[in-house]
Amino acid sequence: MNDRTRGRAGGGCMTDQADGRPFLKVEGVSKSFGGVRALSEIELEVNRGEIRAIIGPNGAGKTTLINLISRVYPPDRGRITFAGRDITRVPTHRIASVGIGRTFQNVALFRGMTVLDNLMLGRHPLMRPGIFSSGIYWGLAQKKEVEHRARVEWIIDFLEITHIRKTLVAALPLGLQKRVELGRALAGEPTLLLLDEPMAGMNVEEKEDMVRFIFDINEELDKTIVLIEHDMGVVMDISQRVSALDFGVKIAEGTPDEVRANPAVIEAYLGTAAQQASR
Amino acid sequence: MRFLLDELPFFLELLVSGLLIGMMYALVALGFVLIYKASQAINFAQGEFVMFGGFVVAASMRYHGLSLVLSLALGFGAMVVIGLLMERLVLRPLTGRGVIAIIMATIGLASILKGLLLLIWGPLSVNIPLPIREEPVEIFTLLVKLVAVVGAIISLVFLAGFSFLFLRSRLGIALRAVADNQTVAQLMGIDVRHYFALTWVTAGVVATIGGVMWGNMIGADVHTALIGLKVFPVVILGGLTSVPGAVLGGLIVGAVENLAAGYIDPFVGGGTKDFVPYILMILALMVRPYGFFGEQVIERV
Repeated sequence: MNDRTRGRAGGGCMTDQADGRPFLKVEGVSKSFGGVRALSEIELEVNRGEIRAIIGPNGAGKTTLINLISRVYPPDRGRITFAGRDITRVPTHRIASVGIGRTFQNVALFRGMTVLDNLMLGRHPLMRPGIFSSGIYWGLAQKKEVEHRARVEWIIDFLEITHIRKTLVAALPLGLQKRVELGRALAGEPTLLLLDEPMAGMNVEEKEDMVRFIFDINEELDKTIVLIEHDMGVVMDISQRVSALDFGVKIAEGTPDEVRANPAVIEAYLGTAAQQASR
Repeated sequence: MRFLLDELPFFLELLVSGLLIGMMYALVALGFVLIYKASQAINFAQGEFVMFGGFVVAASMRYHGLSLVLSLALGFGAMVVIGLLMERLVLRPLTGRGVIAIIMATIGLASILKGLLLLIWGPLSVNIPLPIREEPVEIFTLLVKLVAVVGAIISLVFLAGFSFLFLRSRLGIALRAVADNQTVAQLMGIDVRHYFALTWVTAGVVATIGGVMWGNMIGADVHTALIGLKVFPVVILGGLTSVPGAVLGGLIVGAVENLAAGYIDPFVGGGTKDFVPYILMILALMVRPYGFFGEQVIERV
C-alpha cells in the first residue's frame, strides 16, 4: 500500500482506554451448525478506537464470529459484552441501536433501491420507533427527517459517492457497492463497525480508496473497527492488532508482525495452500 | 353497423359495472400482494378473510341489531385481531421453516374461518343493508348500481392511501427492505415481526371492505369466500408483487368476466363468471408469467 496510509497506521489510534475495560469482549463463545463446530471457546477483546483484523483460511469461522457479534444468530455457549453491556441475547433488530453496524462479505444492499434510500434505511435505528409514526411523518417529525437526511448527505459526501446518490444500487460496480454498504453501516451511527472482507473483489485502486476510508472512519469519526480481510498486505497496513482463527479456534493474536511470524499461522496458511495445491 | 350501435349501451353497461367490481377485486388483492411482498407467502385464506370480515358486519347488524358503524368497527376489529394472532401464533413459530409451511398454514386458516362462521352463525345468507339507494343510477345514459360506484370510490381511496403508505413513506421503504432480506432488515433496526403483522392486518381490513360491499350486493355467507378465487387471476395478471398491477389485474378480471357473463351466459345458462378469469390467468401465465408489473426474477444457474 502507499506511504501515506502506512504513515497514518503507524500514528496509532489507541485513543480512549480510560475505563480500562475492553470495548468489545467475547468470552468462551462456541457455535455449531448441525454437527459442524464452527467456533469453539473463542476469546476476543477489542479496545475502543482500535482497528482489529481477523484473519484465517476459508472456513476458519471468521464470518461466524462477526455474525455472532452482530446477533444474526445466538452463540451456543459463551458471552458477548459490548460497551459494558451484555449483548448475548439482544434481539437482532436492537443491535443497531446498541451501536454495532456491519457490512457483509457478499454485499447485502437492498438492490432495488437507490443509494440514498439504502443509506436512509441504515438510519432507521435512529428514527422514531413505531410503524405508524414512520408511515406518517409530516409536521414535527418532518424536521427530524430533514436532520437525518442532512446527516446521510454528509456521509455520502464523506465517502465520495455524491455522483451516484440517486442511482439504483444494482447498477453499480462491486467496488462502489461495497462503499455504499459501508455508508449504510455508518448511517446508523455505530460505535463499533464490523467489516466482513471490505476489499474482496476490488482492484488495487479501489482497495487503496477503501483503506483510506477505513482510516478516516477510525480517526475522524472515532469508530472502533473489527474487520475480516484476506489480503495480508492490507491487514499489515491497516490494523494495530490481528487475531488469527483456524478451524474455529483462535490460534494467534498480536501485532501484525508477530502474527505473521507465528508458526501456527504459517502452518494454517501453508497447510491450506498445500491442500489446495494437491487437489 | 346499426346492430353495433344498438349493442353499444349494453356493452358499455357490462364494461362499466365490471370495472367497478374490478376495483373491489383490486382492493382485496392488495392485501394478498402485501403479504406476498413482505414474506413471499401466498395467503390462501384471503377469500375467507373477505367472507369472515363481511359476515361479522352482517351478523352484527342483522342478528345482534347493532348499528352500521358499530358493526363495521367490529368487523375491522375482528380482522385486526385475526391478523395479529396469525403473526403471533402461526408465523412466528414457523419462522425459518420455509414458505411452504406458511402457505399450508393459510389453507388451514381458511378452513378454520369457514368452520367458525358456520359454527357461530350458521349457513344462512345475510344481506348487509347500507344507506345507499338500491335502484340504479344513470351515468352518461348508462344504468349502474350506486353501491358499485360507491364501492369503487371507497376502493380507490383505500388503494391510493395504502399505496402511499406502503410504497412512498418510510414505512414502505422499510417494508421493501424486509421483503428483500429479512436478516439485513433486522440489522437495520427493523423489527420484521411488526411488519409481518401489519401486512396481515391490512389484508384483513381490505378484505372486510370487500366483504361488506359484496354482502350488500348479493348477501354474505360462506360462499363469499369464493372471491378469494378471483384474487389469483387478478394478482397473476398484475404480477404478484405489484400494487398498480393488482389494480390493472382487478379491472381486467372485473371487465372480462362481466362481459363474458353478459354475452355467453344466456346461451350456456350461467356460470361463465366463475371460469373466464381462470382462462385469462392461464393465458397470462403462458404469455407473461411474471404479470404486467411483476418482478422478472432471473435465476443464475
